[in-house]
Amino acid sequence: MTEASNARAALHVRLRQSAPIPLDVQFVVPNGSITALFGPSGSGKSTVLRSIAGLYTPREAEVVSAGERWTDSATGYSLPTHRRRVGVVFQDYALFPHLTVREQVGLALGNRPAGARQSRIDELLALARLDGLADRKPGTLSGGQQQRVALARALARDPAVLLLDEPFASVDWALRDALRHELRSLQRALQLSVVIVTHDFEDVAKLATELVVLDRGMVVAAGSVEAMTASAAVPGLAGHWEPAVALDAVVAAHDPQRQLTHLHARDLQLAVPTIEAPPAAIVRIRVAAREVILASQRPRGLSLHNMIEARVLRVEPAAHPALRLVHLAVGDTPLLSLVTADAVQSLGLAAGAPVLALVKAVSVDAFA
Amino acid sequence: MDWTALGLSLRLGLVTVAVLLPLAFLLARWLAYGRFKGRGFVEALVALPLILPPTVIGFYLLTAFGQQAVLGQFFQSLLGRPLVFSFEGLVLASVLVNLPFAVQPMQNALAAIPGNLRDAARCCGLAPLSVVRRIELPLALPGIATAVVLTFAHTLGEFGVVLMVGGSIPGETRTIAIAIYDRVQAFDDRSAGVMALVLLVLSLVALGITNTLARRMARHD
Repeated sequence: MTEASNARAALHVRLRQSAPIPLDVQFVVPNGSITALFGPSGSGKSTVLRSIAGLYTPREAEVVSAGERWTDSATGYSLPTHRRRVGVVFQDYALFPHLTVREQVGLALGNRPAGARQSRIDELLALARLDGLADRKPGTLSGGQQQRVALARALARDPAVLLLDEPFASVDWALRDALRHELRSLQRALQLSVVIVTHDFEDVAKLATELVVLDRGMVVAAGSVEAMTASAAVPGLAGHWEPAVALDAVVAAHDPQRQLTHLHARDLQLAVPTIEAPPAAIVRIRVAAREVILASQRPRGLSLHNMIEARVLRVEPAAHPALRLVHLAVGDTPLLSLVTADAVQSLGLAAGAPVLALVKAVSVDAFA
Repeated sequence: MDWTALGLSLRLGLVTVAVLLPLAFLLARWLAYGRFKGRGFVEALVALPLILPPTVIGFYLLTAFGQQAVLGQFFQSLLGRPLVFSFEGLVLASVLVNLPFAVQPMQNALAAIPGNLRDAARCCGLAPLSVVRRIELPLALPGIATAVVLTFAHTLGEFGVVLMVGGSIPGETRTIAIAIYDRVQAFDDRSAGVMALVLLVLSLVALGITNTLARRMARHD
């Protein structure tokens, strides 16, 4: 890790100890990214989060945020938690039961003139869609509202990095997607650097741009979600993992007559069933490799909306011995197809070969 | 009715609360949050006045307050007169005897504050003292109120220890509890009855106020 890349990153973390909680972790949180720390419970995710916030100091620890040293066990230095520009949303939100929503957010604002203070509180409450709830106490709010208060309070710190500990674990399943969407929009609008600790792979698939997989305190895989989703298998993700491409796409147009939405993910253009997002909005799409059919000739009479000209980059073994994972390029955009070894042979799939990728509109997961 | 004795008791109660509360809060906080060996021993030491007979406590205090003891000599040089049979001696005895009544409710209230609330406060940018002031004190308020009332009421009613270290000097160490005993000894049942009633009503009112306060503060809505 060079000093230059440390300075650019929102966060550079290196933690090591053998007891009481074994840790051997090193990763970088790029500026403006959503980095997911994914792993089963007991994998040390929360300890990593606490170490970033300065609530816990492992034996060997180095935490640098945007060039500012927060923890350096080599010199015994540790910036106290209250002086780190860090916003934390705790798993159960940790709202102060005796303070109103307004006081809660105001508490995290620190010292500033009364006028500026009130207007900043109003701004944050509007941002977290809490208007009208300013004078309520946490006990009278719903789970989703409480989470938004915790988020507004964390943002009040104007954090260099926003830390979220299992943010959706205690929210109703039906509400999670809406809250994920809100978080993603906020993150884009404010250009936040976010670290999210989760054991729910949905959070990774729908939110994260970077992924760090932890198991028993060790990093078993790390990289961008886009690059990692293309892998046939990722250590620590068995059971969750299915080769796929995850891309950010722009809403190009809606076709109300055919009830389709046209999405552009760089060079990859896809039609999907209408999604609720305005034109030019950014959505996360995910195309699983098993949903992509390959053809050497243009077929006719299919109920198919997406017939994409692609080029084979390489063919690699998949988790199952009879299957192959075919890496494709659509212009400069990656796409994956999981096919049988037999199909690879009969279609003559080899690096450089042109091929048609067939994708059912309904098999594209689009997450606004 | 011995108004001087009542006044002295109230004064002793207030001074005891004022001296004991900050000390007991620090001790309670240390016991609630501190990580150290021998916590059980310290807790037992704090709780000792609950089960020790007042005469035993009184005896040890009397010995410690004496002219031969370090503590007694220290106060002799500080006050210019002996600690025994003085108001200051009474305050010191009262502070020690009331330790469990002040420490335990506050320790329980502090321990009941979820740990992640204090973590969250630090993550909100609050310095350690601000965490105490803005989060711990308000959330432990029912426990603090209980500590105040229990200490005050218990000081008004303390008899054995006061008799041992204070004697019964009017205006100096004759508290209302001692005065009642004196009146009964003198077959003055009427005066004893009036004073007993005053003490009863005071205690009842004090407990009523704390219970109401504690319930109201615990609701947080």
